[in-house]
Amino acid sequence: MSSPTSTPGGRKRGRNTNPSTPSSEGPTSPPSQRRRGQDSSTGDLMPMPTSPATDMLSPAAPQDNSLLSSPRPSVLPNEVDMSSPLMYGTPSSRVEGTPRSGVRGTPARQRPDLGSVRKAPQVDLQSDIRYSPFLVQKRFLQRFIDLTSTEDENAGLDLNEPLYMQKLEEISVVGDPVLNVNCLHVQSFDAELYRQLICYPQEVIPTFDMAVNELFFERFPDSILEFQIQVRPYNALKTRNMRNLNPEDIDQLITISGMVIRTSQLIPEMQEAFFQCQVCAFSTRVEVDRGRIAEPSVCRNCNTTHSLAIVHNRSVFSDKQMVKIQESPEDMPAGQTPHTTIVYAHNDLVDKVQPGDRINITGVYRAVPMRANPRQSNVKSVYKTHIDAIHFHKTDEKRLHGLDEDAEQKLFTEDRVQTLKELAAKPDVYERLSSALAPSIYEHEDIKKGILLQLFGGARKDFSQTGRGNFRADVNILLCGDPGTSKSQLLQYVYNLVPRGQYTSGKGSSAVGLTAYVMRDPETRQLVLQTGALVLSDNGICCIDEFDKMSDSTRSVLHEVMEQQTLSIAKAGIICQLNARTSVLAAANPIESQWNPKKTTIENIQLPHTLLSRFDLIFLMLDPQDEAYDRRLAHHLVSLYYQSEEQIEEEFLDMAVLRDYIAYARTYINPRLSEEASQALIEAYVDMRKIGSGRGMVSAYPRQLESLIRLAEAHAKVRFSEKVETIDVEEAKRLHREALKQSATDPRTGFVDISILTTGMSATARKRKEEVAQALKKLIQAKGKTPAMKYQQLLEDLRGQSENAITKELFDEALRALADEDYLTVTGKTVRLLA
Amino acid sequence: NNCWHDFITASQNNPNSGWEAKAVEFFKDHLKEKDAHTWVPSLNDVPLHYLKPNSLVKFRCLIQDMFDPEFYMGVYEAVDPSTKAKVLRCGKYKDVTECGVRSLPNTVTAERQTFYCVPIPGENPWVKEISSSCLGFVQARVVPSTSYAPTRQKRSYEEDDDMDDMDTQMQREPHTAGVQAGPQSPTEQHGNGDCKRRETEAPSSQTAPASHLDLNFPLPGEKGPSCLVKVYEDWDGFKLNDTLEVFGILSVSPALSALADKKDASSSLLDPTECMETAEEQRVHSPPASLVPRLHVLYAKPLPHNNPLLPSATLEDNSAFLSSTLSEMASVRAELLTFLTPILLGDALAAEYLILHLISNVYSRRDVLPLGKFTLNLSGCPTVASYTERFYQIIQQLVPSSYYLGMSLQNMNQMRFVPKKDYSANRLVSGALQLARNTSLFLDETQLEQGQLDTAGVRNVTALGNLITWQKVDYDFNYHQMEFPCNINVLIASEGRSLLPSDCQIHLQSQITPPHMEEYLSSIHVHPQASQLNKFRMYLSVARLLNYSISDEVTKSVEDDFVDMRKDDPQSISAEDLHRMLVVARLLSLSLGQTSLSRDSWLRAKHIELLRRSRMEQHTCVNGNEP
Repeated sequence: MSSPTSTPGGRKRGRNTNPSTPSSEGPTSPPSQRRRGQDSSTGDLMPMPTSPATDMLSPAAPQDNSLLSSPRPSVLPNEVDMSSPLMYGTPSSRVEGTPRSGVRGTPARQRPDLGSVRKAPQVDLQSDIRYSPFLVQKRFLQRFIDLTSTEDENAGLDLNEPLYMQKLEEISVVGDPVLNVNCLHVQSFDAELYRQLICYPQEVIPTFDMAVNELFFERFPDSILEFQIQVRPYNALKTRNMRNLNPEDIDQLITISGMVIRTSQLIPEMQEAFFQCQVCAFSTRVEVDRGRIAEPSVCRNCNTTHSLAIVHNRSVFSDKQMVKIQESPEDMPAGQTPHTTIVYAHNDLVDKVQPGDRINITGVYRAVPMRANPRQSNVKSVYKTHIDAIHFHKTDEKRLHGLDEDAEQKLFTEDRVQTLKELAAKPDVYERLSSALAPSIYEHEDIKKGILLQLFGGARKDFSQTGRGNFRADVNILLCGDPGTSKSQLLQYVYNLVPRGQYTSGKGSSAVGLTAYVMRDPETRQLVLQTGALVLSDNGICCIDEFDKMSDSTRSVLHEVMEQQTLSIAKAGIICQLNARTSVLAAANPIESQWNPKKTTIENIQLPHTLLSRFDLIFLMLDPQDEAYDRRLAHHLVSLYYQSEEQIEEEFLDMAVLRDYIAYARTYINPRLSEEASQALIEAYVDMRKIGSGRGMVSAYPRQLESLIRLAEAHAKVRFSEKVETIDVEEAKRLHREALKQSATDPRTGFVDISILTTGMSATARKRKEEVAQALKKLIQAKGKTPAMKYQQLLEDLRGQSENAITKELFDEALRALADEDYLTVTGKTVRLLA
Repeated sequence: NNCWHDFITASQNNPNSGWEAKAVEFFKDHLKEKDAHTWVPSLNDVPLHYLKPNSLVKFRCLIQDMFDPEFYMGVYEAVDPSTKAKVLRCGKYKDVTECGVRSLPNTVTAERQTFYCVPIPGENPWVKEISSSCLGFVQARVVPSTSYAPTRQKRSYEEDDDMDDMDTQMQREPHTAGVQAGPQSPTEQHGNGDCKRRETEAPSSQTAPASHLDLNFPLPGEKGPSCLVKVYEDWDGFKLNDTLEVFGILSVSPALSALADKKDASSSLLDPTECMETAEEQRVHSPPASLVPRLHVLYAKPLPHNNPLLPSATLEDNSAFLSSTLSEMASVRAELLTFLTPILLGDALAAEYLILHLISNVYSRRDVLPLGKFTLNLSGCPTVASYTERFYQIIQQLVPSSYYLGMSLQNMNQMRFVPKKDYSANRLVSGALQLARNTSLFLDETQLEQGQLDTAGVRNVTALGNLITWQKVDYDFNYHQMEFPCNINVLIASEGRSLLPSDCQIHLQSQITPPHMEEYLSSIHVHPQASQLNKFRMYLSVARLLNYSISDEVTKSVEDDFVDMRKDDPQSISAEDLHRMLVVARLLSLSLGQTSLSRDSWLRAKHIELLRRSRMEQHTCVNGNEP
């Protein structure tokens, strides 16, 4: 590879300018912007590729070339040995490695990410002359059309035109000489090229560079770039887990995901040393080879020995940075610690990532023997491994500000999808899934169903056009009930099931811990925004235990999160709105430690009704206390305590299936309301309103309708159905009614009364309050003109008069109502009449 | 041991003969043989410098941290210094290559995994004593081997100058300390430690670097060697906090010691790969081999328990032992009860519960619910005459590993409970809750005084709460937390009800009047007979390992009972109570050596639960402010 005399052009005589070059004028959006100015303008030669003719082994597609090698009078450079010292000179004269005139004027930049050019190839490839990656690459760039492109980077490009030609055009406009190439595109275009790219990146990528540059300057001969274009492949098919890396991957192109934990300072790395003869001032350059510089011992000009001295400020350095990445927690097997890997970022990739970023990195995996101690003949027999980064992709870049479906997408194997679809086709899939949920918790079928629907969530709708913004798609659920009814356990289960779940306890968390806070980073001394549980569980579920124990200020932040799904922060000069599209699964204990069936939900848990009305479903988890239930419960518990290992194993499988099922449905299924379903929903809503109107109260609000829609959509997702149908609405209605029956039943009348949840007081209670007030007024009037009365006396009188029991609270409320009418005032233990 | 060495040298020259698999097989077979493991010297008992480098040793340990996998030269080409001929060498089970290595096509790269292992935290002295005493005769054989001339050659050449005076010292040492080396506690070996330090660090003229190296033991005040264990196969099967008995080849080559001191500015400039690792990281990942030896694993056996009194084979394979123990269990239990009752101030019921607690074990997990845990809160402990400490000493005598944690405000605020990842050194900094399975954690709440818990304190209390309720510890990885399941027996001694949750609370009913308490406590025999103690120790470990089942009829009667109890008074018993009763019944059966629940045991469990509850109610009446 040291003397790239034979470039592809040299072999392919008589190839014509490409007729198929499309001229697309797609609008341009800037590709990844360059951050760092290029420090070295005197870069050496563009690393010349190993001549493909001699290096590439290609059993496949020799006949392809007949298609390709249309005659073309090509300018053939490289008649001179590029590595000869004659080639070293001014930058412009040293770049003849690329064939076109436009290329000549553009200096090439070293690619330290691919290692030293002069390094001998690791593999000895016997070549098949007829297969040229160079030509396939060119053809790929010219012709590849991706009709299904969903990447943001390609936004605004015409999908029907060759993708990469449009990107080149973008480069000509923007002037950023980096071309990102999706390996999947390469694979779908030519599997052999892909294989070579993966296996021999060090050799193939430079030819790719050449192909790009040749094409580019052919098309835009006048454009001026700072450097020649560099190709950055990404998305090498196997997005590998760090754990799967093994010695076979050394020197191959890999893509792994992980989290950045440390970045080093910038390290200037010498690429080329500049030596000058102390005697005759003759200068020479020596390229660094595997971290060593071979110092020339003899000056070639004057033949003096040991006269050459290094001149540092004329040597060429490149930027380098060490980045340490760690396996992301999701990828790790239980009970092991995360692995870390060292990544070297070069040139403009330096400082691209910060600690804490989740990234996918594409690069070449390297293993370097531990440096031998020069004084010792024994060496550690261990290699150091690292990855030379070629491409970084941040996966969480947009999480705070927008939807990132890309990162959400979990890869499912064909088999898995098939299993999931088979499961979905079963008529009882809903029941199956709900019973697979937290099998150790007994019964509470409807609660489990509710949580199941919450896990699937509704369909996201965007109404920002009409000014309403995002429509909440997440289902919120509150569980209340006696202590010790395994509420916490249910929460723990959900938290363990979903990938992006958070678990907090109302007692221990402050508003700050839930939302976000600003803190000074101990290392950089910069103010950074640390996100709390609600933001972290964006697109996930936030489980809040002991909801009732939360302080009022903490609870107040939930108002915004649970309806608008955003979090506004104004702290320490940072004002922002973060997304918190999280489902809330909360558990609350009754105030009196035991649930009082004579009281309403609000009275029992003492939560503001404004917050309660934001829950789609409120369930009571009570001890049912009936014999048949007790028996089943006992059986369940006993079997829990001696079940065999195999049965437990089976359930664990279920949990994995359930997790995949939910992930698949959340990603791929987006149901829409069918005509019948909308009708059914309307009817249901009207019915709900009607029930109440008979008794002069409102029994449903638009919020309830929205809840119904969400639940119906979630149920359609459970069935993997793209359409919400009547059965979905039926189930949503049933579940909604079931939850209401539990939580919004007026203990005095036995009717379901939605106003308990929406206004905090049942309609009958309000009516009763008025009655008592009237009775009290009558009583006072009957007493004649006494300006002041004893409080206790009055209460007793009223009690004596009334048929119903009058509690002190009720009496106080009546007094207050009368005071509001300016009829009387209460001072201490005395009641005075006004007027 | 020597045969291993010859074997390696003999087979090294033809790496393709499949000798490797055969050799490993050979050793595995031999180690599985009865008693075979007893003649392998143990790193736990024998001081490092008495062990011959490159010999077979064993180590009883806990995986404290897992480092990144490393690639090494599986096969490499070297030049024989004498014949100048090229030879292929095997790099497996070795840290250092011999002779000059060239990177050549013949080099085969292979992968291995490194674990940082520490001795089992909280392992009680009696365990160490017993396990080393059965090795006594081995040491006699091992000790002289250190003065063998051949081993000297393994040392770094730099040390040659120091050889002479060292040798004289070495010869003196065995006479004074060698024979008793095992049972000696590490503190008593101060002289040896000095000697060790001189051996390896004399050339580097550093002043006592050993004391600066934090060996990262989970519990403060722990001693013993830690070890970098290199695993060559199936490393995915190992988990953090697993307890293992590792058989492997000891490697203490001085070349392994941190490169840090050798590194100078010029070399780091030219070789950027070396300056990438921070100094701390190097210190942690390549500590001096004299302090943290390397162990190349031939065979690693997970330990279900670390009680040296039990035969090494699993209980299922050893039916004779099992049946004989089972028949004795009831009587041993009675003995243990009489032994424990006076310690618990004459409270037999509390003693009974204590036995149940000591044999409890998380035997399974259903989704998030750990089954079989039995955290006991012993309330009403007298605060005089350091009762809790005396009490802990008894526990310490009985269980293989335990830890006493005084919940003083200072401890709660300052101790590190939860392990935390230190990214600059790239290691998991251990915490007091990183314990092996079935360790007894004794929380002394009587130490708690008034004052304020700071953030760390609150976090520690939360961690304890999580440990008790879910049997898991959330390790702190800075950017995220990671959940590690654990299996720790927590016993809380407190005056009133504990502030921590517990599965079962029992209030101590003292038969002794307070004025006589101190007198009484000082009269308790803390040291019973060794034979009796061993019986107890064996009993507790075996009871924990037994299998258990419930027959259909008993299931039925349990259900009936539950329904009946609920019928009379639904408030009297909840699902949670049933959970507890099932655990109590399970432990009660096992404590009597019964492997399935009988009707009698169930009734007995119900009975003692009833007694306990009535006592709690009584206590509530007396002391109204308790819920």
